[in-house]
Amino acid sequence: MTQLVTFRLGGALYGVDVTQVQEVLHQQQRTRVPLAPRTVAGLVNLRGQVVLAVDLRARLALPDRAEGDDPMMVVVRVGGETVSLLVDHVGEVVTVGPETFEEPPDTLPRVMRSVVLGAHKLDHDLLLVLDVDEAVAA
Amino acid sequence: MEDADDIVREFLVESYENLDQLDQDLVALEKEPGARPLLSSVFRTIHTIKGTSGFLAFGNLEHVTHAGENLLVELRDGKRSMDQPTTDVLLAVVDRVREILRTIETGGDESSVAIDDVVARVEAVLATDPAAAAATPEPEPLATPAPVTTTAAEPVAAAEPVGEPAPVTTAVIVERIAETVPASASAAVVTPAPTPAPVAAPVPVAATPAAATAAPAPAVPTPRIPPSAATTETPDEGGVRTISDSSIRVDVELLDGLMREVGELVLARNQITRLASVGADLDLSRAAQRLDVIAGELQEGVMKTRMQPIEHIWSKMPRVVRDLAASCGREVALEMSGGDTELDRGLLEAVKDPLTHLVRNAIDHGIEPVADRVAAGKPAQGLLTLRAYHAGGLVVVEVSDDGRGIDAQKVAASALRKGLRTAEQLAAATPADLMQLLFLPGFSTAEQVTNVSGRGVGMDVVRTKIESVGGSVDVESKPGIGTTWRLRIPLTLAIMPALTVECGEERFAVPQVNLLELVAVDDRNATSIEYVHSAPVYRLRGDLLPLVSLAHVLDGTTQADGSAPVLSVAPGSSAVIAVVASDDVRFGMVVDRVLDTEEIVVKALSPRLKSIGTYSGATVLGDGRVALILDVQGLARRALVGEPESGLGRTRSTAAAAGASTARQVLVAGIGGGRRVAMPLASVTRLEQIPASLVELVGGREVVQYRGAILPLVRLDRLLGAMGGFDEETLQVVVHSQDGRGVGLVVESIVDILADDDSLHSDLDDMGLVGSAVLGGKVTELLDVRSAILAADPAFFDATTFDDAPHDRDLVGVAR
Repeated sequence: MTQLVTFRLGGALYGVDVTQVQEVLHQQQRTRVPLAPRTVAGLVNLRGQVVLAVDLRARLALPDRAEGDDPMMVVVRVGGETVSLLVDHVGEVVTVGPETFEEPPDTLPRVMRSVVLGAHKLDHDLLLVLDVDEAVAA
Repeated sequence: MEDADDIVREFLVESYENLDQLDQDLVALEKEPGARPLLSSVFRTIHTIKGTSGFLAFGNLEHVTHAGENLLVELRDGKRSMDQPTTDVLLAVVDRVREILRTIETGGDESSVAIDDVVARVEAVLATDPAAAAATPEPEPLATPAPVTTTAAEPVAAAEPVGEPAPVTTAVIVERIAETVPASASAAVVTPAPTPAPVAAPVPVAATPAAATAAPAPAVPTPRIPPSAATTETPDEGGVRTISDSSIRVDVELLDGLMREVGELVLARNQITRLASVGADLDLSRAAQRLDVIAGELQEGVMKTRMQPIEHIWSKMPRVVRDLAASCGREVALEMSGGDTELDRGLLEAVKDPLTHLVRNAIDHGIEPVADRVAAGKPAQGLLTLRAYHAGGLVVVEVSDDGRGIDAQKVAASALRKGLRTAEQLAAATPADLMQLLFLPGFSTAEQVTNVSGRGVGMDVVRTKIESVGGSVDVESKPGIGTTWRLRIPLTLAIMPALTVECGEERFAVPQVNLLELVAVDDRNATSIEYVHSAPVYRLRGDLLPLVSLAHVLDGTTQADGSAPVLSVAPGSSAVIAVVASDDVRFGMVVDRVLDTEEIVVKALSPRLKSIGTYSGATVLGDGRVALILDVQGLARRALVGEPESGLGRTRSTAAAAGASTARQVLVAGIGGGRRVAMPLASVTRLEQIPASLVELVGGREVVQYRGAILPLVRLDRLLGAMGGFDEETLQVVVHSQDGRGVGLVVESIVDILADDDSLHSDLDDMGLVGSAVLGGKVTELLDVRSAILAADPAFFDATTFDDAPHDRDLVGVAR
């Protein structure tokens, strides 16, 4: 059984392994990084630590968040580095087992295929499991 | 078990330190074979390691050190004098000991390190005719001026205190020697023991053991030590220990942790100071002030704990130099100064390898073989100088040799052969530019690969390493005379003063080391921003300073072809030009506003952001906002036209450029028919665009009204008979003026600013020309500026002499 921290992005439900998540925060002031790739949403001061913020909407090639919709931050640890993922809303922590898991369908667009490990079939929803390392890498 | 580990660790740390000392002592000893204090120090170190290794049951280590000790005993007793083979074999012993220690440190089995070869070498040396040396043992100890004074720290001289009326001390030392020193030496000790020689007569006492040594005396030590005496501390031991009593060993990680904490404290301090300055609470601001002072002092203190003298590196150099000189067949004297210059230990670590590389390079490539030196009229022994000193908040480390120097043209040829640069690029480069080629990856001028260097990994690694810690490298060389490599290193990494600037909505930090000055520009004097073709420049005290708009660079609107958008200062607003420099690139960075200077704590940047190249790190400002630290070098690379090694951004004021080249910057302009004109930038006062309709005729000459005066014009195409000519609505005019008189040279277009190098000139004469040169890859004929100006205004030079005429006369050229 694994526990996933869930969050929503453009209507879909995503999850990352709870062991990788350090904390969940409301959005904070970000410093833009000119010339950085589009997925880099800026730098955040996390209690004195400078943390990179990655906009998952940009990463997943979703349309930009509407003006005034404040994102939330899921702070994850990736290979010794702390990175903050910008998401629409953070949901609950769900416990899932391997029996509900399925590989991503072949029709999944390539940009998604690289970051989505697969889907858990929940009662009312599909929970897409995010490969955090991949999501942060680009 | 814990305890045993601790003992081993302490043994390792101590032994490493001692071995470093040993390297130095042995090399020094080779130069000065009779120096007893050195010999004693060497002996003591080896002996200590041997003793402890025996105690800790490191059999191999004991064996090797024992062999070394045997040899040292002969040296000490004057049976043998220090010569090169002896030094070699002793150094080999030291190296093997170091190897064994490393094996022990990494948890390996020390018996796995082979020692037989080294032991055999020692024995081979021992077998070589010791009698020859022993034949003259007497002068040796006699030459030593005061054996009694040297006694204090050396068991070697222990024979002498025998005569002192302090039997306890004597006994202890005698016992130690009896344990360790081969029988012959012990015998020497024994012999004088019954003679109660007074202290007043030390010399004869010293002579006695020497004589005794010469005689084979396989005796067993006879003196019996009173049991109570064995526990008495010998006074000399106390003298050795005092240094360690006043200092303690601290784990480096603990220091690093402390440094981080202090960094955080400084940030919090900045934040509090800001809060206190806006509020009206007197108590708060008083407390904030106190915090400010304390935090500052604490920061300084912690930083000091991390400072280490560069002596740590210097001390390794004599050995390195000796070995290299021997293997390269050179004779090299090493001079070092400024060993007490301190650097953060992290930086020291980072500088070590590059420095060793430079030293290696200087000996292998710089200093010539003895025969070549003598032929060139130089002393046979080359001189390698290492200097360290503080300059402008940086530590400068110089490695100089008096060798053959580096020939810029050879460098160019090599770069061409390796395909690193094209012939055109090289033709346009100044000698100083050519020297920069040395730092390209894959570059090596060594004609043959030697054991030491020439394998193509070299200066680029040096530069990368030094730049990675925020430093810079440059090189200065005079063929036949020598080469100086200069490293500039910041004092510390973690906390540095920086200027915060605002550009649009964003704030950036500019490291203070890169900052030269600030120039305010508002809409009234915005016209002082001029254009060379499309490149904005600012005239700063007579020099044209290339300008880079930070906003444009960070927007990505500065194109690689240099077509930067026009810089403008909106009416009613202002801008600031921050004059920055990195290495020898100097330019003006245009920002909206300058906010503050503060101490910033450098936070590492995610590698992905670092790879953008324009940021060296990030920091948290006093208000809690994150600000990016600008990498001036990176900005220059991105913003300045072409490569950092060439072009507009190069400053002519750096010592390196000025010393190493006679290059001038020239303005290249087209004059129609595909021909181009170049003129010395220094002689150009202004570039103007004048509508053709404003041109009037005065007595057959073309003139325009310009700044309230009459400016005579001369069309260079007509003067030089260029084919095609040009007739346009707007004239491009290059204005030369002096003492209120002006002349306008009309050209078709402004092309570029290039460096002109005298060495590429030839004298090809034609009317109005004084020669030719290769500029920007084209053969260019040089024009007589003077006559061009005289063609427009025959009275131009009457008022005053053209003071830099010899230089400037020949600098206008025409390229076909």
